[in-house]
Amino acid sequence: MPAKQGFLITVRTARQGAAMEKGKLSAEYVAETATLTLSPRDYEELGLKEGQQVKLSSDSGQALVTCRFSEGPDGVFFLPLGPTANALIGEQTYGTGVPSYKGFNVEIETLDA
Amino acid sequence: MPVTIHKDIVCTFCGALCDDLEMHVENNKVIDVKNVCGIGRNKALHGDNDKPECRVYGERATLEEAYDASARMLAQARSPLVYGFSSTVAEANRVGVELAEILRGGLDNCSSYCHGPGVLARQHVGLPTCTLGEAKNRADLVVFWGANPMESHMRHFSRYSVQAKGMYTPLGRKDRKMAVVDVRPTPSSKNADLFFQVTPGSDYEIATVLRALVLEMPLPTLTDDSLVGGVPLARWRELVELIKQCKYCVVFFGIGLTQSQGKDLNVEQLIRLVSDCNRYTRVYAMPMRGHANVNGNNQVFVWQTGYPLAISFNRGYPRFNPGEFSVIDMLNRGDVDAAIIVATDPAAHLPYTAVDALKKIPTIVLDPVNSLTTEWANVVIPVATSGLSAAGTYYRMDNVPIRLRKIIDCEWPTDLEVLQNIKERVLNAKDH
Repeated sequence: MPAKQGFLITVRTARQGAAMEKGKLSAEYVAETATLTLSPRDYEELGLKEGQQVKLSSDSGQALVTCRFSEGPDGVFFLPLGPTANALIGEQTYGTGVPSYKGFNVEIETLDA
Repeated sequence: MPVTIHKDIVCTFCGALCDDLEMHVENNKVIDVKNVCGIGRNKALHGDNDKPECRVYGERATLEEAYDASARMLAQARSPLVYGFSSTVAEANRVGVELAEILRGGLDNCSSYCHGPGVLARQHVGLPTCTLGEAKNRADLVVFWGANPMESHMRHFSRYSVQAKGMYTPLGRKDRKMAVVDVRPTPSSKNADLFFQVTPGSDYEIATVLRALVLEMPLPTLTDDSLVGGVPLARWRELVELIKQCKYCVVFFGIGLTQSQGKDLNVEQLIRLVSDCNRYTRVYAMPMRGHANVNGNNQVFVWQTGYPLAISFNRGYPRFNPGEFSVIDMLNRGDVDAAIIVATDPAAHLPYTAVDALKKIPTIVLDPVNSLTTEWANVVIPVATSGLSAAGTYYRMDNVPIRLRKIIDCEWPTDLEVLQNIKERVLNAKDH
């Protein structure tokens, strides 16, 4: 199973915002907050297809996410703010009160077919 | 039923607080909204619809029972936390502060983990800032740093910044230059004249080098090709020249700065850069505040306690220490033994460790709609929705207070009424 180390950054997306206001229990919110954006090169390297599910692991947890691609830096993955991202973020705030929402190391791993 | 049209209604989603919405109400329900973004539309159409049930420990309860249970939980706690407030009115914030003081508890708001570092930076170096009206009327250069308003503050460009037509910017976009600093191309950066795609976590380094360029200090170890934050120095010189030549520049910064490596130090250095630029021209900075009244939280908390966030009353007077009294740190350390959550949804926004800590203690939540926290909180109190079924004051990202009107009726009380009721009961419990 191909795997790759990378850097995860949580972001806002228009779809996440709109779905959140429709209802956090809505299928749209759940789906959008579990959708990871990767660069086309990372996509190619991992042999991914649009909409494929992968496993993300950090020092703090694991989560299953669905992939979409978009122009961006290689090795940096973007996940909308929400419960899926929160399962991966560590508790350390380094004395600031703010956990590392904008950047921590993760491993991305494709699942068995 | 006849349709009533309400004009100049305030959107209560983001800190831009667009106040030109037109809401169509039929049978006490918002059925259509005009002059609104996609997120604001959903907020208006769904913000008062999906009310949670009033519950105590999973059982349906009356409001009186919920108030009694809440007061009991809070009065019996040794270290209660009063937290949230980013989507409720300033008037309710004030009673929240009072409740925390009576309880000798912790007090924090959602800026704690979003723009809080920018608030701390302001305490250290101040903030040369302006209003959104000034940005609209005067700015011929706008810079967005770590912000993507096309997806988070969707009407910011058209109402206040990039495309807005103002007194000295009558042609809107044609009268302005726009620069974006971000770690990836975004819908916002696609509108920019200059886009700087930077390495994540390099904001402090970039702001430091920009300060040196602005102040014309020697940079002997760097050439024009040297990469600073992944971008050649020659391109940063372009930005500095653009700033020096403009008449009025506003740097809007987002949580790309406050939540990445460096946090408050990033904002401090950016503000110092902005101050330095004022030797040449008029340059201001403004945080792109997220939740609609998160700025109001900081305002009210400062009036009432002297501090904007991360406060503890456990010695009977307010003390302030981010990292110690911040909501996430308090929960992760297990320092909280009961919590009242107002107008936010920690289960959707906090790391799971903090959410797990909340699930282990008595938790009371006030929310106008079902959320991920109302699913499991011990006491759930449905409330009216600020800006739809509750009136009050919100603070825009530029510190301008804006009055929200009530346009529909709601069978449930406002956050303010609920907090006053719980406060009275806590006072009675403490007196006996």
